[in-house]
Amino acid sequence: MKSAQRLTLYLLLAPAILWLGLLIVLPHVEILILSFSERVAPRVYAYGAGNYLEFFTEPLYWRTFARTAIMSIFVTAITLVLAFPIALYIARVAQGRTKAMLLLLCLLPFWVSELVRTLGWMMLLRETGVVSYLLRAMGLADQPVELLYNDGAVILGLVYGGLLFMIVPLANALESLEPSVVEAGFDLGGSRWTVLRRIVIPHAMPGIVAGSIIVFMLTVGNFATPVLLGGKNGLWFTEQIYAQFITRFNWPQGAAFGMLLLLLSSIIVWAGLRLTRQSLGTTLRQA
Amino acid sequence: MAPSTDLDIVNVTKRFGSHAAVDDVTFSVAPGEFFSILGPSGCGKTTLMRMIAGFEHPSSGDIRIRGKSMIGVPANRRPVNMVFQSLALFPMMSVGENVAYGLTCRGVNRADAEERANRVLERVGLKGFGERRVTALSGGQRQRVAIARCLVLEPTLVLLDEPLGALDLKLREHMKIELKQLQGTFNTTFAYITHDQSEALVMSDRIAVMNQGRFEQVGSPRELYHNPTTPFVASFVGETNRWQGETVGETAGTTSVRLPSGAVLQGRGTASQPTALAFVRPEAIALAQGEVGLGGLPNRFEGRVSAVLFDGANSSLLITTPGFEEPIRAVLPQAGPLAGIEVGAPVHLGWAADAMKVFAA
Ligand SMILES: Nc1ncnc2c1ncn2[C@@H]1O[C@H](COP(=O)(O)OP(=O)(O)OP(=O)(O)O)[C@@H](O)[C@H]1O
Ligand SMILES: [Mg+2]
Repeated sequence: MKSAQRLTLYLLLAPAILWLGLLIVLPHVEILILSFSERVAPRVYAYGAGNYLEFFTEPLYWRTFARTAIMSIFVTAITLVLAFPIALYIARVAQGRTKAMLLLLCLLPFWVSELVRTLGWMMLLRETGVVSYLLRAMGLADQPVELLYNDGAVILGLVYGGLLFMIVPLANALESLEPSVVEAGFDLGGSRWTVLRRIVIPHAMPGIVAGSIIVFMLTVGNFATPVLLGGKNGLWFTEQIYAQFITRFNWPQGAAFGMLLLLLSSIIVWAGLRLTRQSLGTTLRQA
Repeated sequence: MAPSTDLDIVNVTKRFGSHAAVDDVTFSVAPGEFFSILGPSGCGKTTLMRMIAGFEHPSSGDIRIRGKSMIGVPANRRPVNMVFQSLALFPMMSVGENVAYGLTCRGVNRADAEERANRVLERVGLKGFGERRVTALSGGQRQRVAIARCLVLEPTLVLLDEPLGALDLKLREHMKIELKQLQGTFNTTFAYITHDQSEALVMSDRIAVMNQGRFEQVGSPRELYHNPTTPFVASFVGETNRWQGETVGETAGTTSVRLPSGAVLQGRGTASQPTALAFVRPEAIALAQGEVGLGGLPNRFEGRVSAVLFDGANSSLLITTPGFEEPIRAVLPQAGPLAGIEVGAPVHLGWAADAMKVFAA
């Protein structure tokens, strides 16, 4: 009986374990090993940390890396600021059908693939695009304006892609705030700002952290958006990884970059959790 | 000249759609008074209180605090503070921070606010609890934090919306007395709402009985209990026997009411309509083993005990009496030959005409 139960458990868990093992753990172990192998001669490899040294000695690499990290934090912050009022509205003002409609509206862009969405932005922003045309039509510009291939366009695209993943955990967290607690905040003399700062935001903290982690991870690891909207100026670290693996065919170097990116996300998430004094457990529950 | 009232409600009406939750209510509360609003669930008590606090706006009428109209004044600028039914403590703050919150909102610096919060916590019996999380408190302690959070601001008026509703019976009895004492020591005006008549009777200086958005009667607990002016008040406040009948005559202030069974009762009150409601308190019913014991009472009957509801000093008897559809409720005598009466025993009962209130139905 007991062993039969255990067998059932294993059988039920098997797909999950296979999935985790084959698709996540195994490739990462492979990549880790790969990242420590150096090409000493054609088709001859030896173990060493040369790939990592290369990263620190070549300014292009670590600058791109730092730029990706900083821009991602920036994108996460903008997404948070934009998503907060929307989530507040969805959670506390909208009722019944309106609420469902609004969430659906946020979800709608995700019915088309990321690539198509990004191409949509390109249609709008390129020199011959809709925005440029409108600016000229309104007399705000006298020649076609190129809005693509700059940091602004990259940030815009990334924020747009992250918004939903911020709104959902935020709205979840805000929904559980009792209306009478907010009213008590006003009743005892708090201004809107005080109530927001001392009651609403602390209550929403697990949601804020969960949303920020998700958006940050998605942004750091994004590929299509910076490449398409940023063009040559995109300079996203994932492009370097892509270039090493696909263009240069230098897999060990690409593997080292991949590990560095993983390390970066982990450190920043850990720092974020420490800074906001949240535990990973409560955050995951909120997400 | 300082106004002689802390709160004036003048012809206040609140409509939700076509339904009037509060319907043309007028009353005043004097400084230092413990004023209760008593009414059944859904009668509009919370709506009235939320209008005073500033969370709802009256459809018409005026709300004045110390003579100043509060119409258009937002909730955070009113000199009233509310103890919510759910208490609504801030779970993200410690007990001390909860109490100091209102002070810091007013711009009191942290150290002063903390000091004053601690002093108030001490007065409500929570000395040394400042660092605790509010989730680590018992029901009664949370209650006291919610009250301390208001009292620390020294408001003109504290509003309490059924604050004892969530507590168990024993604690509720205890908190009733404690609340009354707190109100006395802080000398603050309390407006208290409840659907529990015993809470209102025990604590209040004055009570307003509310029904379907309107005030039925405002008066001291004794007035309401002994001289109800409407049948609703007579049946809602305190235990009572209630019979419906027909007015058959009115002589020298005595009204005769004939029950459907034909029994005729003598009471006081004017019943302009043919149908009348008669009310008699259980403690006004005299019991005796023989008819002689009831002397010259105008209403005398004979019945049989159908139940003894023993509850210490509040024990009562249900007496099945021919002529009455339902058993008559009477207080179980604490001493004498009837103190040990058992179910099934025959008993004579009677009451004076003064003890029976008659209203038009
Ligand atoms: N925001 C609102 N919209 C519509 N109707 C409302 C609203 N608030 C209250 N009501 C209605 O007004 C009436 C009075 O409600 P209120 O909450 O004041 O009752 P209450 O006396 O406090 O009852 P309880 O003792 O159950 O708390 C009820 O019929 C209720 O349905
Ligand atoms: Mg209520």
